[in-house]
Amino acid sequence: MPSRAWTLGVAAAALAVALVLPFTLTNFRLFQFTQVFIYAIALLGLNILTGFNGQISLGHGAFYAVGAYTTAIMIDQWQVPYGWTIPTAGVVCLVAGFLFGIPALRLEGLYLALATFALALAVPQILKYFEHWTGGSQGIVLSKPAAPWGLALNPDQWLYLLTLAVLVVLFALAANLLRGRTGRAIVAIRDNAIAAQSMGVNTALYKSLTFGVSAAYTGVAGALSALAIAYVAPDSFDVFRSITFLVGIVIGGLASISGAIFGALFIQFVPNWAQDISKAAPWAIYGVFLIGFMYAMPRGIAGSVRMVAARWRRRHAEPAAPAAGSGG
Amino acid sequence: MDTLIQQIVSGLATGGIYGSLALALVMIYQATDVVNYAQGEMAMFSTYLAWTLLNAGLPYWVAFVATLAIAFVGGLLLERILIRPVESAPVLTIVIVCIGLLVILNSVAGWIYSYIQKPFPSPFPSTPIRVGNIYFGAHNIGALAVTLLVLLGLYVFFRFTTLGLAMRAAAQNPVSSRLCGIRVGWMLAIGWGLAALVGAVAGMMVAPIVFLDPNMMAGILIYAFASATLGGFTSPGGAVVGGLIVGVIENLVGTYVSFIGTELKLTVALALILIVLVVRPSGLFGRPAVHRV
Amino acid sequence: MVRRALVLTGLLALGLALTPAPAPAQTPGVSATEIKVGNTNPYSGPASAYGTIGKAIGAYFKKVNDEGGVNGRKINYITYDDSYSPPKTVEMVRKLVEQDQVAFVFNTLGTPTNSAIHKYMNQQKVPHLLVATGATKWNDPKNFPWTMGWQPNYQAEGQIYAKYVLKNVPDAKVGILYQNDDYGKDYLKGFKDALGDAVRKVVVLEQSYETTDPTIDSQIVNLKNSGANVFYNVTIPKFAVQAIKKSHDIGWKPLHLLNSVSTSVGVVLKPAGLEASKGLLTTFYIKDPTDPQWKNGQDYKDWLAWMKKYYPEGNVEDGFNVYAYAVSHTLVQVLKQCGNDLSRANIMRQAANLKDVTVPMLLPGIKINTGPTDFAPIEQEQLAKFDGERWALFGELYDASKK
Repeated sequence: MPSRAWTLGVAAAALAVALVLPFTLTNFRLFQFTQVFIYAIALLGLNILTGFNGQISLGHGAFYAVGAYTTAIMIDQWQVPYGWTIPTAGVVCLVAGFLFGIPALRLEGLYLALATFALALAVPQILKYFEHWTGGSQGIVLSKPAAPWGLALNPDQWLYLLTLAVLVVLFALAANLLRGRTGRAIVAIRDNAIAAQSMGVNTALYKSLTFGVSAAYTGVAGALSALAIAYVAPDSFDVFRSITFLVGIVIGGLASISGAIFGALFIQFVPNWAQDISKAAPWAIYGVFLIGFMYAMPRGIAGSVRMVAARWRRRHAEPAAPAAGSGG
Repeated sequence: MDTLIQQIVSGLATGGIYGSLALALVMIYQATDVVNYAQGEMAMFSTYLAWTLLNAGLPYWVAFVATLAIAFVGGLLLERILIRPVESAPVLTIVIVCIGLLVILNSVAGWIYSYIQKPFPSPFPSTPIRVGNIYFGAHNIGALAVTLLVLLGLYVFFRFTTLGLAMRAAAQNPVSSRLCGIRVGWMLAIGWGLAALVGAVAGMMVAPIVFLDPNMMAGILIYAFASATLGGFTSPGGAVVGGLIVGVIENLVGTYVSFIGTELKLTVALALILIVLVVRPSGLFGRPAVHRV
Repeated sequence: MVRRALVLTGLLALGLALTPAPAPAQTPGVSATEIKVGNTNPYSGPASAYGTIGKAIGAYFKKVNDEGGVNGRKINYITYDDSYSPPKTVEMVRKLVEQDQVAFVFNTLGTPTNSAIHKYMNQQKVPHLLVATGATKWNDPKNFPWTMGWQPNYQAEGQIYAKYVLKNVPDAKVGILYQNDDYGKDYLKGFKDALGDAVRKVVVLEQSYETTDPTIDSQIVNLKNSGANVFYNVTIPKFAVQAIKKSHDIGWKPLHLLNSVSTSVGVVLKPAGLEASKGLLTTFYIKDPTDPQWKNGQDYKDWLAWMKKYYPEGNVEDGFNVYAYAVSHTLVQVLKQCGNDLSRANIMRQAANLKDVTVPMLLPGIKINTGPTDFAPIEQEQLAKFDGERWALFGELYDASKK
């Protein structure tokens, strides 16, 4: 594990860079980076569940949708100020995730993946059914929030900073959680649930809670995306969204907090690059990227970074070892 | 009463479609422990190859068999070339590679053949068979029969042939199998080849009904997963039966549960599967996995 | 290594930050030699069958450029894939407007996708022209002065069918099959609205389907058993074939109203069976390239020649390629009318100033008209009945603007 100092140092530097960007980038790029932050939060949520706790979910698009629609309905039907909708979306998804996590306790690996896949599939149909609330297939149009307190920021800049702030808070909370006893329990359940149970870990409770927390994170991301795009519709939350999230955490690196950021950068920008490379078959290029990344970095980008960092440390940390037989 | 029977008959017909692709999914899972998300696209691509052969003038059954051969070799090569480098990687890594394959196949098919739907011929007569007031599509019966034939063939292959036995051994216990001289790597490749072959059959049976286009398998793959989940991923027969059950339940719910009607048909089918899973996590016909502690 | 990665990250961020934002010109997207036109289309994903429209538009502009362009300027056509996903549409359209600095956005496809950018385009005051959707909301110049549709909207078409049924079918019992999305629901609404109070008596059963359903056999069986003698069929081509064939196979012979999206003789009726398709009723505003009655017309020959030369990989049986041809022709007319003033305001002004414009491949007699309060270019359609060989037009030209 890299030392605490290192990690904090890198994080602080990245944050500094991120804070400078709103005043140098175009609005369009800010919009894209806001999307990256949103995906990072969603991916961290999924990673907590799948990477750290070993419960595979192919249905996190459902919680993303619930979060987005919670915000949209609250603003559209009840004119709730958008600030309140974000934590509300988180709480709603916390409960929903926890409730889903309970029957999910009975399912392992493949079957859990498929059950969550079924959840993701059902979401667009359910959204279309409750037309009165959700606007059906027409969706709900929102307005992008303007900067509060008379700050001299345009909506894109404001949303960027708001999303960044939420990201920092949520990431710090996750890091704290995962470093402590809870985190160890969660990982223990992934590695060997039976051993964990015999050591006194209440696996059922932890697994359901992890599901809830994971859903809450993704729900908050969904809420932020509703504000950033200023529109929600069932077509935005199809099953490909859930699959993209899974791609994001595996490419970024399972069981890694920084992996969420790498994964988010990948799923946001690589499809665009693929389009630039080939107009005729862009998704084929994307597929090649996917396969290539997995060959080169089977443990994700974060996994490779960790490996390289460990190697570097090994080489530079030990005092010069006495020459071995081969003289190397 | 007539409606009920007709809906059941239609349900069995669509269920047959789901079951045939579910069979391919279960096959790959049994042989290699991998759920291949690209199975539908592989089937779709094989069907396009068949279409090319038919367009070139080959008679139907010649093109059919040729496609099966090409699909088998293709599946085998895909395993050796694409999956082998990540064989020992974590499961999710392999899943991502399969997703990559899915996207590539879909995109390339669209690029070569364009996205407009194409009719695909059926070897069975197109006039329906009428029994009393109930109509049976000849193609649906034929397709179901073909699926069952394939199932039978697989059963015989795995049960009674040496190669089949070797493949089963390789999937269950690769280490001991190697000690017995079984080339485990090639067993996996053959497993993929066989699954691709079954998928090609499914594709060619389905295309006359849903029309050939690069996205034709997307919806069916979803139902195939549902069917395999319901039947149990460890049971090929269960996958086919699961498909039939899903098809029938879907139709009956859509027809008789009026407050749900057709707008939540898919949701209900999925909900039912979730309920079954909670009660019997390994599916109706699957064997519960036993782990040594 | 981490330090190196850190430095690289910083440099990357710096690099991105220093990429100069292109300075907005007086007439954005327009120079002395070119006009930049932006577009998004679903080139991948579930709606990828529509992607041919985006490609055909490019082919049309290539022809225009080969013939000298518009008033001496060539059209620089930039199109991106949005996979029919509204968030992606938002991103790609923002890219077109803010990074590529296009003059305007043209024929973006889909109702939810266009809804997602509706407000943005009007806030940014960028023309959002001739959008490829049949929804009714694009004809609202008072609230959205920068957005304009093109094709007749679905609700108007639904109303035509309802009026026909009320007039010609005594004791009508209607069964409806519709796609469970905005397209299907719009057709449904128009039809039911026009039935007025008779709705409850006339509509006996509604059945929906999703595009992920492999077949709609079950729905057809239910519709037959409801005793309906009129079948309002709101399905896309893939399912329209099934609907026509299945109803024929189970011996159900209602008055079959087919929505205009799925009327192609080559793509739908032939696979379903020409005999089974006899008696089908629909409306047209544009010519079906597989209908034998148009084969000898000059505009069809021109269209075919254009397809062969500029879009050889396109399918000459696909009505979408006719659609693209006609809508691009309309746009070029707008640009021609702009003369040398290609400011966004003038482009919008000219788009709202089309008087009796004839466009090749539209039905004879149909003219495009727009005005400051009329942002619906095509409002005329005509009923047609399939006689086993071709769609025989009958009756007068319905004109929704003269209601």
